[in-house]
Amino acid sequence: MTDILLIALAMTLLYLSIANRLHTYLLILVLQGFILFGTTFLTLTNISTLNLLLILLETIVFKAIAVPWFMDYIIKRNKITKVAEPYLPNFLSLIIVTLIIVSTIILSYSIHDKNLDKTYFIVAVSTLFTGLYLIVSRKKIITHVVGYLVIENGVFVLSLAVGNEMPMLVNLGVMLDIFASVLILGVFFNKIGDVLKDPDVNLLSNLKD
Amino acid sequence: MITIGLAINRKTFVNYMLIMLFLALLSTLTVFEYLHLNETELVYFTTDSIGILLLAAISMVSIPTFYHGYKYITSRNDTAQSRGLFFAAMVMLITACSMVYLSNHIAVTWIFVELTTLSASVLIYHRRSLRALEGVWKYVFLCAISITFIYVGILFLSLSLKETGIEDMSFRSLVQYSSELNPFWLKLAFLFIFSGFTAKLGLVPMYTAGIDAKDKAPAPAGALLASVLMNVGFIGIYRIYAVIAHTPLKYWANTVIIVAALLTIFVAAVYMTRIKNIKRLFAYSGIEHMGLVMLGLAAGGIGVYAAILHIILHTFIKPTLFFQYNMIYKVYQSKSIYDMGSYFKYYKTGAIVILLGFISVTAMPPSGLFVSEFMIFQSLFEAQFIAILLAVLLLLTLIIWGFGVNIFKLLFTPPLQFDESKVPHISPWESASQFILIALSVYLAYNPPAEFVSLIQESVKLVQ
Repeated sequence: MTDILLIALAMTLLYLSIANRLHTYLLILVLQGFILFGTTFLTLTNISTLNLLLILLETIVFKAIAVPWFMDYIIKRNKITKVAEPYLPNFLSLIIVTLIIVSTIILSYSIHDKNLDKTYFIVAVSTLFTGLYLIVSRKKIITHVVGYLVIENGVFVLSLAVGNEMPMLVNLGVMLDIFASVLILGVFFNKIGDVLKDPDVNLLSNLKD
Repeated sequence: MITIGLAINRKTFVNYMLIMLFLALLSTLTVFEYLHLNETELVYFTTDSIGILLLAAISMVSIPTFYHGYKYITSRNDTAQSRGLFFAAMVMLITACSMVYLSNHIAVTWIFVELTTLSASVLIYHRRSLRALEGVWKYVFLCAISITFIYVGILFLSLSLKETGIEDMSFRSLVQYSSELNPFWLKLAFLFIFSGFTAKLGLVPMYTAGIDAKDKAPAPAGALLASVLMNVGFIGIYRIYAVIAHTPLKYWANTVIIVAALLTIFVAAVYMTRIKNIKRLFAYSGIEHMGLVMLGLAAGGIGVYAAILHIILHTFIKPTLFFQYNMIYKVYQSKSIYDMGSYFKYYKTGAIVILLGFISVTAMPPSGLFVSEFMIFQSLFEAQFIAILLAVLLLLTLIIWGFGVNIFKLLFTPPLQFDESKVPHISPWESASQFILIALSVYLAYNPPAEFVSLIQESVKLVQ
């Protein structure tokens, strides 16, 4: 069952690479939040109930509801145009993301470690790199934030792979999620909205040598 | 507690009293930890020799920083709220840095590194301008990615622990069981943690955000970002290097570090020969020194000793330049080197500080950094890295040239279209702290106290 969920997560990455509208990105984030909720519930069987509850709440409330809702609010308030504006054509993006996934599969088969659950590793690493790819290939600041959230989801999957032995690490991951998202979104994006009426990344590119 | 007090309180007097209290507490902590060397407190904090050295450095640098912060704030007529926030963020940054130096557990280190990002971003955005916003946005975003990288590194480290059955991730147990760690995962962990900490230390690949941050932060805050915050990155890398140095992977790790360090010095040389913004010039000089420190660490032998000496002396010298920048700005109202000149004529004491600071930073003989830099070269020579040594010397010559052209223009060439009547009078006493810091660095390099030397030697033993 976890395998199915994780593969579904990998499939959302492919969809992410060809999505055109910002709204689609947010819907994918919501979907990823729910998938992570399911995976957490099925994977972390050995940890205390209270801790599990905390992590589950984080995935469902924070990842699947609060963050996408807040980003939707930002998009509406700042009247950001609703197209993603990638630098590369969608078809090329699709190929690149596929290549990322295929190469992580090849990489994982070069590792000989019986302790490693390969599905987790593949999905986590390919999500991480897809997030990085989204950041460099999209023009708007808000899509950069989406890319960062995708990276965080990937890291979360990786932390689940060691979650049963070291629940402390998963808690740290939850902390990272909340801290970084609140810092980036809450404190900061509000400010960008106040100062710049049109938060495109090209307005924030004057600081250079 | 003091942070919250500063953030809430709007009375000038209470603000300054709280800062005094904080400085007193910080000095007490330093002395207390020195007397309780190698003891563990509150489970997660152990004072080892490298920690105490950096802690002593931060408590010495923070006193002039608050003085210049006070000068900066009074010259700007900010609201009481923004002043409170400025000092609160500074206190929080210094506290978080101190905790990073002392923590003995990789997860605790990581948490306090997050806190430094938070407080630094408040400082960078102090001026509330569009450019400051851009600086803070880039800084926050890159640091968020960098702490994610460190976190991924910690996860890989835990995977490498899986076979051994150890669950304790404190640095001591990692070093103790380093030979049993799975080498593949340890390699990946080192790569991720190293590149994560480069955002704080200012090495290739993640140095960029730090440069913008130091440029946009008010100069006293920039001084902190350019010295004690870089030490945060250094101690993070040093502790993970201590783990990998006890395994056969040491040589592989050295190669990674040398490549990053060489690229860093190269980048610094390229930019320092062509930029005309004096604050960015200081910032790039900082990353050049971090490149040298990392070369020393990777070369081994006497290089490790030199690297630690270098980073401590750098902690004293770099803030003097940033403190002095505020006075330069008062005279010229500009950051660009094109608007500056004849600084000797307008503010003699400051010009002497800049001259001495230039000599110190470029490691010319009377300077303290000369000693450590010379030892780093010696270690490179002994480790048979002749080609690297030659490349570094060539790049350093370029850097001194680029730096020198701008500094001498500032000091001696008369400025174009400059209205002399508007130059304010600045008291020579405002530069007193800079002289003390430079003198301290020279003293520590040429006539080091025995305790200082033995502390550095203890620290070197952590990685050898």
